[in-house]
Amino acid sequence: MEKLLEVKHLKQYFKAGSGKRKLFVKAVDDISFDIYKGEVFGMVGESGCGKTTTGRSIIKLYDATDGEVYFGGKRIGGGIASMIETIKAAKVKAAKEIVGYQPAKLAKAQIIQEAEAQLAQIDPKDIEHVQIVKREKAQKMADLKAKIQADPTKFADNQAEIDKIKAELRTLINVERNKITALKKDNAFRGETLETMKKIQMIFQDPISSLNPRMTVREIIAEGLVVSGVKDRKYIDERVSHFLRVVGLLPEHAFRYPHEFSGGQRQRIGIARALIVEPELLIADEPISALDVSIRAQVINLLKNLQKEYNLTIMFIAHDLSVVKYFSDRIAVMYYGHMVELASSELLFRHPLHQYTKSLLSAIPLPDPHYEKTRKRFTYNPACHNYSATNKPSFVEIEPGHWIMASPSEIEQFKVEMAQSDKDFFEKLSEK
Amino acid sequence: MEKERILEVKDLRISFRTQQGILKAVRGINFELFKGETLAIVGESGSGKSVTSRAIMGISAGNSIHEGGSIYYYNSGIKSFHQVEDSEHAEEEDIIDLMKIDEEHFHKLRGTKISMIFQDPMSSLNPIMKIGKQVSEALYLKLGLSKSEAKVRAIELMNDVGISEPEKRFYQYPFQFSGGMIQRMVIAIALANNAEILICDEPTTALDVTIQAQILELINKKKTERNLSIIFITHDLGVVANMADRVAVMYAGKIVEVGTVDEIFYNPKHPYTWALLSAIPDLDSKETLFAIPGTPPDLHFPPAGDAFAPRNKYAMQIDFEEEPPMFKISETHYAATWLLHPDAPKVEMPSNLKNRIERNLKKARKGA
Repeated sequence: MEKLLEVKHLKQYFKAGSGKRKLFVKAVDDISFDIYKGEVFGMVGESGCGKTTTGRSIIKLYDATDGEVYFGGKRIGGGIASMIETIKAAKVKAAKEIVGYQPAKLAKAQIIQEAEAQLAQIDPKDIEHVQIVKREKAQKMADLKAKIQADPTKFADNQAEIDKIKAELRTLINVERNKITALKKDNAFRGETLETMKKIQMIFQDPISSLNPRMTVREIIAEGLVVSGVKDRKYIDERVSHFLRVVGLLPEHAFRYPHEFSGGQRQRIGIARALIVEPELLIADEPISALDVSIRAQVINLLKNLQKEYNLTIMFIAHDLSVVKYFSDRIAVMYYGHMVELASSELLFRHPLHQYTKSLLSAIPLPDPHYEKTRKRFTYNPACHNYSATNKPSFVEIEPGHWIMASPSEIEQFKVEMAQSDKDFFEKLSEK
Repeated sequence: MEKERILEVKDLRISFRTQQGILKAVRGINFELFKGETLAIVGESGSGKSVTSRAIMGISAGNSIHEGGSIYYYNSGIKSFHQVEDSEHAEEEDIIDLMKIDEEHFHKLRGTKISMIFQDPMSSLNPIMKIGKQVSEALYLKLGLSKSEAKVRAIELMNDVGISEPEKRFYQYPFQFSGGMIQRMVIAIALANNAEILICDEPTTALDVTIQAQILELINKKKTERNLSIIFITHDLGVVANMADRVAVMYAGKIVEVGTVDEIFYNPKHPYTWALLSAIPDLDSKETLFAIPGTPPDLHFPPAGDAFAPRNKYAMQIDFEEEPPMFKISETHYAATWLLHPDAPKVEMPSNLKNRIERNLKKARKGA
């Protein structure tokens, strides 16, 4: 299958607070996944787990902190945090190494360090004592100075080695800087990136606040075309009325304002607006959670038809698992900025492995009283993993197409579990 | 065992004065609530379910007009304002009509007898008042406890609804709580004065699935502990299946079908109930979802016949002309559709829905 979107080690941090209280909220913390052409990729998780942020980082409503996003093989965005980190680390390392080749500096530093260690042990109010230490320090410094003057060659810097380290550092910095410039160029909304970005469009959660109340429906839908430089009024009108019909509205609706429509109709306008630039990837961010039950089915069916008709790839972000199961080919489960499980929807529901996925699946309310009254809910406790320095979790493919965040010891356990549930499943199947 | 009736809504009609004219939000509904049961009211937004619940609480909006009908509250323990004019109930003691009593009397009922939980937990608490004060306020204003007694009781209540470290939490503000915890606090406040009736107006719509499940479990636990009667308003049929003993389906200001939860989910009769049930996918559905065409009617101009007729593919001529009465299906199951009339053609429910119900029933039998 052809990869349409590749996300590699995407990170999105937000700064909160300032000064000493400054902290980074790791909304998305190192997630990687691919979306294949023509599939519906579902993303679930509780609110605040970073699923919306992922969508918004892909379409570049946020500047990613780190990682890369590729669309159709071309890099369209990414973050520079890791390169800056590398440069900083290299600088620190080089500085340490250089000191090793400067005997005079090293000796001085040693004296200062010794004095400070002594000072730390005594009470700063004990002035007499402090002064003794200080005097000793000055004496040692003077001695050292005399020694250096007596034998300058012994204390001379090893200039050749230092230059070598500096040169190495410079080349490394240059490599990283080139990476940064290349990325910044790809990140800018210019040239090829701009053209590629048109192929990704987004549908937002709230159909009321995502449409400008002072623009007519025609202006809202045509905006994508106008921004990309189309000036032919007749062509625009034609496209607008075409896409209004595609989403099940009438061309006459073009001259009305958003407030004249119901929630479901407004969401259709949002979909038409996304479709008019003929995108290949549609990011649907909870497109149905703000809608009424009876209207939801209309919008789901519409999206499903559009997906078939235009061979769209859809990234479907939602928290309603039964809808995601119904709509998606593959499902990713997110928890606190991490992707904990990724599998085809069939595999995920046949044998959910991660504890969080299990708890999520056990919490879905279904319109079936018998099931509901006997349902056992499973609670997730992040402490149950027993992760440690030697037993670190990583995102691994446990069976073809089934990825999971697990530590080596867990993987063994999951494999046993998986075999058992598969056996049960096929036994049931053969019974039928 | 005869169930004890606690609340009865009789032919309730409520309208609103709006700029566009009179909006008929509730158009003559009847239902009963028994002690210790959960009645779920289902319907899309604008069907009048919130208006009904607000009328029971006596907090209707200022532009509302009470066009007629009564809400009888049985055995309130407050006999001083015996106001029933209806001859049927005139003999009985201790029945009050909530639509007729004045605010001063209502004040005695609200919170102590009837309590309500609202949809958005974030906006139901005062953001600039400490949580503890908001809980104990209910206690010393209504029960007449002293402030120190109220604090002890409030911490007990907070513990009861599963708030960890209540002593510390007592002095915190709502913004320091998560949505699920605020909803727990709202439940604690609603139940602080031992209310008999709890009205839940979409209490979990703003919450996540896992938190939703916790809150529903909490409400169910409290229900069995205190023998509460609950009116549960929602549009999520999954939640209804979990919570309800009986279900009333509302559409355009009327109850179109009422029955026990099994009757509504396994043997629905009204086309609107069919449509609602088949509009949501369950974990096994693969086929195209049934989408209800069109939009609900404008209740400024309520339609003459069955309000659902224009969106209903099973509608007959009579549906557009005359309102269907409630047809009796069983002792507990009623539906307002002409399809149940003896002269009506036999119509089966949509095949998708039928398959699903059969599948579910099979599973249920296997489990039992």
